[in-house]
Amino acid sequence: MIGRLTEGIRPRTLIILAALLAFFIVAPLFASDYLLTMLILIFYFAYTGQSWNIMMGFAGQLSLGHALYVGLGAYAAAALFVHFGMAPWLGLAVAVPISAAAGAFIGFLAFRFRVAGVYFAVLTIAVAEFTRIGFDHLQWTGASAGLFLPVAQYAHNDLWTLRGHPAMFYYVLLAATAFAFIACRAMLQSRMGYFWLAIREDEEAARSAGIDTFRYKMLAVVISAAMTSFAGVIYAFYYNNLFPEQVFNISQSILIILAPMVGGLGTLFGPILGAFVIETVAEAMRTLLQWFGVDLPGTNQLFFGVVLLFVVLAVPEGVWPWLSKRMGLMEREP
Amino acid sequence: MPVDIYLNVIVGGVLTGLVYGLMALGLSVIFGVMRVVNFAHGEMMTIAMYIAVALFSTFHLDPLVMLVPIAAVLFAFGYVLQAGLINNFITRPEYSQFLLLIAIAIIIVNTLLILFGPDSQNVQVSYAYDSFQLGPLIVDATKLHAGLTAVMVAVGLFAFFRLTRLGTAIRACADNYTGALVVGLDVKQLYALTFGIGAACVGAAGCMLLLIFDVTPSIGPAYTLLAFVIVIIGGMGSMPGAIVGGVLIGLTEAIAGLLFTPSAKSMFVFAILVLVLLARPQGILRSA
Repeated sequence: MIGRLTEGIRPRTLIILAALLAFFIVAPLFASDYLLTMLILIFYFAYTGQSWNIMMGFAGQLSLGHALYVGLGAYAAAALFVHFGMAPWLGLAVAVPISAAAGAFIGFLAFRFRVAGVYFAVLTIAVAEFTRIGFDHLQWTGASAGLFLPVAQYAHNDLWTLRGHPAMFYYVLLAATAFAFIACRAMLQSRMGYFWLAIREDEEAARSAGIDTFRYKMLAVVISAAMTSFAGVIYAFYYNNLFPEQVFNISQSILIILAPMVGGLGTLFGPILGAFVIETVAEAMRTLLQWFGVDLPGTNQLFFGVVLLFVVLAVPEGVWPWLSKRMGLMEREP
Repeated sequence: MPVDIYLNVIVGGVLTGLVYGLMALGLSVIFGVMRVVNFAHGEMMTIAMYIAVALFSTFHLDPLVMLVPIAAVLFAFGYVLQAGLINNFITRPEYSQFLLLIAIAIIIVNTLLILFGPDSQNVQVSYAYDSFQLGPLIVDATKLHAGLTAVMVAVGLFAFFRLTRLGTAIRACADNYTGALVVGLDVKQLYALTFGIGAACVGAAGCMLLLIFDVTPSIGPAYTLLAFVIVIIGGMGSMPGAIVGGVLIGLTEAIAGLLFTPSAKSMFVFAILVLVLLARPQGILRSA
């Protein structure tokens, strides 16, 4: 299994990977609170980006509504915790099937009726928006006034109920990111992964080669939705408050997409590297603007847009393919 | 509820829907010709709305009077955008174009936020509270002006694409890219013109919509989505489809707002989208 997973990866890459993992495991020991918060965000977006990448990067189905799965996961686990005191890890057993079912619903509608490309993308946004407005009126989860979790005591960490210091969330997200990375690698090397790539490259050809494209596209959307849902659970317990306007917002979906797109669509390192690039740029902008004493709302986001524009123009394939070529880390083509 | 309330709401919905239709028409023209999905469409409309707000608050110029110059500004904006950036992305994959336009949208939203602040703004024209009475029917003056102007602009656009040589040339690019190149059309130039026309459409729609709704910098994405929904309902690239879709959505919003709560009106819009995608994915007015 391990041999198969590392097949075709250069030893140099493996050493760098191991060193990076070791570095991130010890990072909270010397990182300031500020840096830790930033790393939490980075791994949150690396993980959600990796999950999204399964759908678009591997199977070629553009979803612009992944906030739906984050939101459903967050609300399911948080509501069960608030109303019944159910621990988030048990809540996960409810949250993940709900998101997976939502994914299956969208997938079934779209793939059965040949809704593809831009139409599919708009369908995903529409379902997410529909759900957002629905939650705005759902009294059981506090409607638009928001759902609040009892605020954590930082004195001790309780991993079972996810109440504790940010470092705990950091390790949970780091583990999730590592898991997602390995799982994606394993999936890409499976029969399913090859079928996905075939569908992405040319769906007609894939179908005529005998691939059950409906089945494999459904698998992609369900797996992606289920994985994204876990990030939602962590989101809820990390922030302790949920508003439909925030969690289900289109801008959340777009944030999830940016990391893999900037990092390199369809690559395994892309989402992680992209999350680092985006967060670092965003934070650097914020610091720089503070330095110059600029305090206008929007300036930070504006520069962010300009940087994004630059990335799209300068490295359209994404940062990772560009970087790996220069560092001699290119994987052999599968 | 008495019948005339329904009638009034329906008329108001249709008039607003005509403006929505014009907004979506811009998106439809751009997609129909270049196959580029303008993810910054609603954001471009907010540019026009803010120009109109600024002109009104400083010089007391009516947005409908300033419609032509504002549409011209948006035309120039769209032209430059297509000629300078998007033309290089025509052959790139869809997601790459998407990322480019998302970047442009983020830049627009936040530039407006810096310039005008986060508060919602509107214009109080002298006829803001006027209405016309036709028997039991009471029609808001603002909606009537906006809706009628939208129809005029749309008719002008149909005429342009059907009757002028330039319009025919653009349609040629849409129908057959290689063919258009072969007969010697300057396709890139025509693409830039098309994006300009689409931008002018949404700019004009913005001026009219400002009479009906307030504007905030962050409202852009919601209008982008609305324009998409309308275009898909009407049929991507179909010009009459965009108007029909717009009216249908305007009506849906109005009736849902009356029967349920106004904040839930978008749910019905998305429900209609799902129904249309399932029953006629190619849109109402397009043959399969």
